[in-house]
Amino acid sequence: MTVSLSAWDWTAMLLHFMTLSLLSVGGAITTAPDMHRYLVREHPWLSDAQFSSGLALAQAAPGPNVLFVGLLGWNVGLNHGGFGMALLGLGVTLGGMLIPSSLLMFLTARWGHRNRDLRAVRAFKQGMSPIVVGLMVATAWLLTSAHTDPLRDWPLWTLTIIAALLVWRTRIHLLWLLAAGAVLGALGWV
Amino acid sequence: MALQGFGGVLAVVQREIVDRKQWMTRQEFLEEWSVAQIMPGPNVINLSILMGNRYFGWRGSCAAAAGILTFPLLVLLVLALLFSGVSDVPAAQGAMRGMGAVVAGLIAATGLRMIEGLRQNAMGAMVCAALAVTAFILIALLRLPLAWALPALGSLACLWAWRQIRRLEARGRPEVPR
Repeated sequence: MTVSLSAWDWTAMLLHFMTLSLLSVGGAITTAPDMHRYLVREHPWLSDAQFSSGLALAQAAPGPNVLFVGLLGWNVGLNHGGFGMALLGLGVTLGGMLIPSSLLMFLTARWGHRNRDLRAVRAFKQGMSPIVVGLMVATAWLLTSAHTDPLRDWPLWTLTIIAALLVWRTRIHLLWLLAAGAVLGALGWV
Repeated sequence: MALQGFGGVLAVVQREIVDRKQWMTRQEFLEEWSVAQIMPGPNVINLSILMGNRYFGWRGSCAAAAGILTFPLLVLLVLALLFSGVSDVPAAQGAMRGMGAVVAGLIAATGLRMIEGLRQNAMGAMVCAALAVTAFILIALLRLPLAWALPALGSLACLWAWRQIRRLEARGRPEVPR
């Protein structure tokens, strides 16, 4: 997939990710549906396969999950052409995602610690948590519904449901599940 | 430390900071963690900013965040490059598709696990369920921009939670006349 981005496009992308940063209550993954909407559906600068493989790689690799955001930008840059652009994309998305929320966190660090019992703080936490649940399931839905043909894609849907049940109900290590998914996929079973 | 954290760093961070280095107690850690969680931004990054700031000011925050990001980022880029080298091979594409399906399940399960935490929510089960379903419909089905869906739904939810907490507190206080 080859795309072309102007300087204005990069600026708009930076602003978009900076907005998402301040909206990412419950972690960066809750904003993944909006990244999908922005990068895959609206413009499109990324393919569906690139989007979900970016998420999968970042989950399989060690380290904070937020790094998938950088990988998305990296792939947009590669689609545009060359490693220089990929680095730019990485900086735009990951920097945009991290800097506003980190500044806010830093500024409220002391305030939050002293006021953790305030009713407003508790109301924010309790009001947001059911929404975070909805956003998580929405993310999973968007990843899965990229596979649209029920006759061909039912094994993928089944795999997603089984993985969800296993992670929810057991303490099985994530890497085993990812490895199993990779093997099943490589053998062409899903 | 960051490199050990497959699928999330929290457990590793807790073991190192609390159990091995003993920089803080478990209680302190949980408090910092809950602050890191309710703020926007990646939880682990927020946590490293909190801890870095606590001991070394803003320099500590920068060092902690950079430390937790740098090496995993390099590893991830190497993996991405390796994958792009074989991305035309059907088996590699299949493997990535399979892993993607597992990741979708994992993310859904992380959300489902949080339902247990909602039991003590002041808003009650019905309102919580309605909020979660509404968030899902707005984002997954209608595909609305998060930038206005979240503030709209979130402010409603927070106001309602605030009201319910105030009610519960009023009821729990013994000096309130019947």
